[in-house]
Amino acid sequence: MEFDPLLLSRIQFAFVVSFHAIFPVFTIGLASYIALLEGLHFKTGNPAWAQLSRFWTKVFAVAFGMGVVSGIVMSFQFGTNWSNFAQMSANFLGPILSYEVVTAFFLEAAFLGVLLFGRDKVPRGTHLFAAIMVALGTFISSFWILVANSWMHTPAGVEFQDGMLHVRSWAEAIFNPSFPYRFTHMAVASFLTGSFVVAGVSAWYLLKGHMVEANRKALSMCLWMILFLAPAQAVIGDFHGINTLEYQPTKVAAMEGNWETQAGAPLLLFALPDKAAQENRFEIGIPKLASIILTHEADGVVPGITEAAPEDQPPVSIVFWSFRIMVGIGFLMIAFGIWGLVLRLRGRLYEPGRFHRLLPLMIAAPFVAVLAGWFTTESGRAPWLVYGMINFSEGVTPSLTGWMAVLSLVGYMSVYAVVYASGGYYLWRLVKGGMTDVEPASTESGAHPKRPLSAGGPIGDHAPAAPVRGDWT
Amino acid sequence: MIDFTMIWAVIIAFGVIMYVLMDGFDLGVGILYPFAPDEESRDVMMNSVAPVWDGNETWLVLGGAGLLGAFPLVYSVLLPALYLGVFLLLAGLIFRGVAFEFRFKASPEKKGWWSAAFAGGSTVAALAQGIVVGAYIQGFQTENLTYVGGAFDWLTPFSVLTGIGLVLGYALLGSTWLIMKTEGPVQDWAYRLTPKLLGGVLGVFLIISFWTPLVDEFVRDRWFSNLFSIWLLPAGALGCAWLIMRSVRNRSEGLPFVATMGLFIFTYLGLLASKWPYVVPPDYTLYDAASARESQMFLLIGVLFVIPVVLAYTAWTYWVFRGKVRPGEGYH
Repeated sequence: MEFDPLLLSRIQFAFVVSFHAIFPVFTIGLASYIALLEGLHFKTGNPAWAQLSRFWTKVFAVAFGMGVVSGIVMSFQFGTNWSNFAQMSANFLGPILSYEVVTAFFLEAAFLGVLLFGRDKVPRGTHLFAAIMVALGTFISSFWILVANSWMHTPAGVEFQDGMLHVRSWAEAIFNPSFPYRFTHMAVASFLTGSFVVAGVSAWYLLKGHMVEANRKALSMCLWMILFLAPAQAVIGDFHGINTLEYQPTKVAAMEGNWETQAGAPLLLFALPDKAAQENRFEIGIPKLASIILTHEADGVVPGITEAAPEDQPPVSIVFWSFRIMVGIGFLMIAFGIWGLVLRLRGRLYEPGRFHRLLPLMIAAPFVAVLAGWFTTESGRAPWLVYGMINFSEGVTPSLTGWMAVLSLVGYMSVYAVVYASGGYYLWRLVKGGMTDVEPASTESGAHPKRPLSAGGPIGDHAPAAPVRGDWT
Repeated sequence: MIDFTMIWAVIIAFGVIMYVLMDGFDLGVGILYPFAPDEESRDVMMNSVAPVWDGNETWLVLGGAGLLGAFPLVYSVLLPALYLGVFLLLAGLIFRGVAFEFRFKASPEKKGWWSAAFAGGSTVAALAQGIVVGAYIQGFQTENLTYVGGAFDWLTPFSVLTGIGLVLGYALLGSTWLIMKTEGPVQDWAYRLTPKLLGGVLGVFLIISFWTPLVDEFVRDRWFSNLFSIWLLPAGALGCAWLIMRSVRNRSEGLPFVATMGLFIFTYLGLLASKWPYVVPPDYTLYDAASARESQMFLLIGVLFVIPVVLAYTAWTYWVFRGKVRPGEGYH
């Protein structure tokens, strides 16, 4: 059997990046949350903040570790599987990725050590500073990586010379047309992801009556975030869509399942796109709504997929459906935000009930939404690596053979299966083990505050599980 | 006119040796893991590197990204040429990286698995890196700026030997690090281990020194040309080896580690001097491999300002975690 190194490299990259993406999107939000908790504890001395910070730092450590190792794989994949692409785009992507390393990765890595292990070795203010630096590092990192990614979608400021791209304007290349939308969209996605995870776990602890004071605080904070950010994300997404319509019309056409260019295009709720026939089967739609959303006019013209030749069209079904999954989850998030507000106004936010039982299930939602969004945008630019400039087949490593690609793909899948199944299990045990109690801390910030339980200790088989009060039914 | 390519060669060379020295000792701790006296010693060993390993490994990522930024040809020839080796390196780094968190969270009966993942991952990663050195000395088959050799060209008896050499070298860095950072039984064990590891390193060093001129004509000409100053480098390395022996006998705590770093630096400089100015031997020099001038300049501005800051806070974190690691302390 012949294996196609190009297809396998695409699958491998999609696999590696999908696994990687879910960790940063969570840790970026969580890092800021931990910094906030450390700040609140520093300011008020309320031990509830310290309990929360301690617990979520442990979760952070596991998630961050998995993000780091999968990130290292990614940075080498450019060279192993896409060496022509690396060579052609190196003049821009090389400096950008290097800036990410020197301004973000070192910052995160160095201060993470202090955040995790330095609690009793540095003054409390310094510990807070470390938490802030880790959070800052995650943001700087997402800045550079989204510069690189959005440039591949909407390249600007470069020109081809002797087979390599040369940068004409760094400002235009870095602040390329889709960058502001992508960066904001991802930043808000990170905060929403962090909020839903913390809210879900807090609601679950409240159902169990575990560490009530701290978890009420956490739940309340997260629901405020969700209430404001979920609708904001819908607005940002809308702006992002309009930007995509301008620069990547074929992608938007695929998202809408719109084959022929038309005025007053309907918003399809259901359809089975058929790329071979260049049309949809079983369409159900709302007339004119797609035009209204995209052009803000009832008779606005929406471009069709057929504007691009069949070989330059993206995989329409993937783009069409993953977009719907993302948007559907977005509306579900808005609903949860409003539901939380209604309960709050009725003074029943902390009463165990259906809301508290459903919130833990919502933990998966932002991750699915992020992956669906990522599939929409990345599949939607196919067959381009750098939109309109370099396509997949030009970018792949020339010396790569099918069996090498198969071997490494199977290899990565096996390694990831072991590592991420274990990681998921340890995260689950960490959450199940509960939060550890902290003695009411004094507010003085001496060099070595005496806090007997501050060694923390791992949860699970080493330390007795934290006392979990209340009934478990 | 300023020669940006030369400046970048120095920066990348600096980044690589930073990686080798820093991740070298924590990989070395992993390589020594199976031979540790007991499980408590393993806890201490891991805690001695847990707060800093992530920062150490970041130098590898900088090396990769920096090469792409300054010498893209090195990146786009070496990585495809070493395709399966790179997979092994990354798989090793994944397992040992997660072992730091997972091992302390595992139940006692599962802990052994993560100890094995840490040891195995560290050893495989070190071996793969050593093989890269050997493959680099041998050179790469290229045409029109791309790699055209086979999938296993990197795997030869010579490169396996350099791989073993680096595993032993990292283990030596690890054991001298443990002399400095621990006390009691772990330290005694490391003191006993160090001379044996040093013997192994020198043995491999000797074989490689005789073998390299046979593998590579260019190196042979360089070594036996009029450039006699090149012989100062192996002489310096031997001097460091002597210093390691003496300081271990005197039971010095910091000097063995410092001397081992010296051993690495002299060997590394020797390698660079032997191959200079070829970065993708035997065909391309660093000038052939360089990226566009405006890219090198753009990146240089940032790096010159940021790297000193990075070094400063890295040094600070080492200072925070200074002193001996004791059993039962340290994990968050």
